[in-house]
Amino acid sequence: MSMFSSLSPVARYIRASRMVAVCVLLLLLVALAALAGPLLNPNDYITTDFANRFGQPTMTNLHFFGTDELGRDLFSRTLLGAQVTLFVAVIASVVSLGIGVIYGAAAGFIGGKVDAIMMRAVDALYALPFVFLVILLMVAFERNFLLIFVAIGAINWLDMARIVRGQTISLKHREFVDAARLIGVSTPGIIFRHIMPNLFGVVVVYMTLTIPQAILVESFLSFLGLGVQEPQTSLGALVSNGVSHMERAPWLLIIPASVLAFILFCFNFLGDGLRDVVDPKKKA
Amino acid sequence: MLRYATLRILGAIPTLLLVIAIAFLMVHSAPGGPFDRERVLAPEVERNIERAYHLDESLPEQFSRYLQGLLHGDLGPSYRYRDYTVAELIGGALPLSIRLGALAMALALVAGVSAGMVAALRKNTIIDRLVTGIAMIGISVPVFVIAPLMVLVFAVFLNWLPASWTGGNAANRMLMPVIALALPQIAYIARLTRASMINVMNSDFVRTARAQGLSTISIVRYHAIKPAMLPLLSYMGPAIAGVLTGSVVVEEVFGIPGVGQFFIRGALNRDYTLVLGITVFYATLVIFLNLIVDLLYGFLDPRIRGR
Repeated sequence: MSMFSSLSPVARYIRASRMVAVCVLLLLLVALAALAGPLLNPNDYITTDFANRFGQPTMTNLHFFGTDELGRDLFSRTLLGAQVTLFVAVIASVVSLGIGVIYGAAAGFIGGKVDAIMMRAVDALYALPFVFLVILLMVAFERNFLLIFVAIGAINWLDMARIVRGQTISLKHREFVDAARLIGVSTPGIIFRHIMPNLFGVVVVYMTLTIPQAILVESFLSFLGLGVQEPQTSLGALVSNGVSHMERAPWLLIIPASVLAFILFCFNFLGDGLRDVVDPKKKA
Repeated sequence: MLRYATLRILGAIPTLLLVIAIAFLMVHSAPGGPFDRERVLAPEVERNIERAYHLDESLPEQFSRYLQGLLHGDLGPSYRYRDYTVAELIGGALPLSIRLGALAMALALVAGVSAGMVAALRKNTIIDRLVTGIAMIGISVPVFVIAPLMVLVFAVFLNWLPASWTGGNAANRMLMPVIALALPQIAYIARLTRASMINVMNSDFVRTARAQGLSTISIVRYHAIKPAMLPLLSYMGPAIAGVLTGSVVVEEVFGIPGVGQFFIRGALNRDYTLVLGITVFYATLVIFLNLIVDLLYGFLDPRIRGR
């Protein structure tokens, strides 16, 4: 599935590690801009300026990205949006990581009937249109910031569980696990202290692949008006706002959309590259 | 095969029940009732409304009533669109949504498979790079970014196509929504086809066929295509779910009066029964289509049936 699947393992490793380095650098730059930018920028994200509505991107007044329908500075709103988007991504990934790793490791380690039932449940859940359940959740319980994170995390753990289970099965017959059992370590003890640390590499790869999915769901919800609410904003909410003014002020759509696409791009390339770096010999 | 089919069909039922139960519980544990307004109603009126919608019954009673209704295709009344039942609202909007989804799916399969095939057979050439690069864009850029940008370019700047559902003729107002909805799936399918085709072309039986002097075209046609398409079949489930999710955005952006638009309206208006009904309907649809894909897979690949 990866970009370089047709190359030899060595060539793939070299190309992939270069790509990983570039992506990490770019993402760090975006994160830095999102965190530090608002401190340096004289315009904040909330001040309205009705004399200057739909201002075009300009250097004067430092409205680099122009202003929106209320005269708010789009540059600082985009930075805030990127900040919220990245924040959601990290929290959601941590939630899905927690659920997925524990579930997968337990299923793989215990094995037998328990494993079969647990993985059948994952298969069954895999087919569901989860986004609709998340929207239902948003409708039922006000648009709670924290709830969005947890809900998004809770739908992204299935892949993680599958991968971790596979790895756990291959780990559990190794000597160090037998040795731990021999000296009387309990099953949860073995899972947490001996299996999980060895899952690190695979888990990191799949976490970088989970992040763009989490970003997609969050911005999808915000785009529909069900996610992050005013005056807070996220890139999805900014795109949604840009759509309603695109004929008059196309930059309100184009700029946040490009930033969102850029972040998603970097994460997808990063995940692809990391997969090749961790396991360059794996086919496809 | 029969045993496999029975197991799959029986397996789908608890999944469906679980989804309905989760969705139902979520809506019914929402803080505040669906009829809470600024103005406080007289207690008698409130009791009457609650009785009319069976909200005075216990939760298990309401759930069994809802399930019984479902068996008869009854999803209850809409809380906001007076005089309409949820089933009527879905039924009215469904033909349009199905047309949109089916066209997008067909386009995704044709375009995705051809692009993936070409890339695999011409791997490491410019064409291959181009396909993989564009596919990465398709995967990274979400529908709700692509769709408005398409409107901006083709409707606002170039003025080639109508920007909304009310303008243009039936064919050219469908064009952009179908393409926007299909793009991410084209990208996934192209990547999947490429990877699986490269795998198959490196396998032993293809080498044997080559040693016998068969041309690449006949190898692809008689030996490689079938095994290369199998992974694609298992991707059909997620693809269907993806198109459904995407259709919500596409219908919203292009103003198409389909099921997805009712879903959004319902969600923003807190029309609990409508949102619950559409969720249950979508879940049923996805589980049903997945079941068909599973059965097809078992039929085509005997190795699966044993599991």
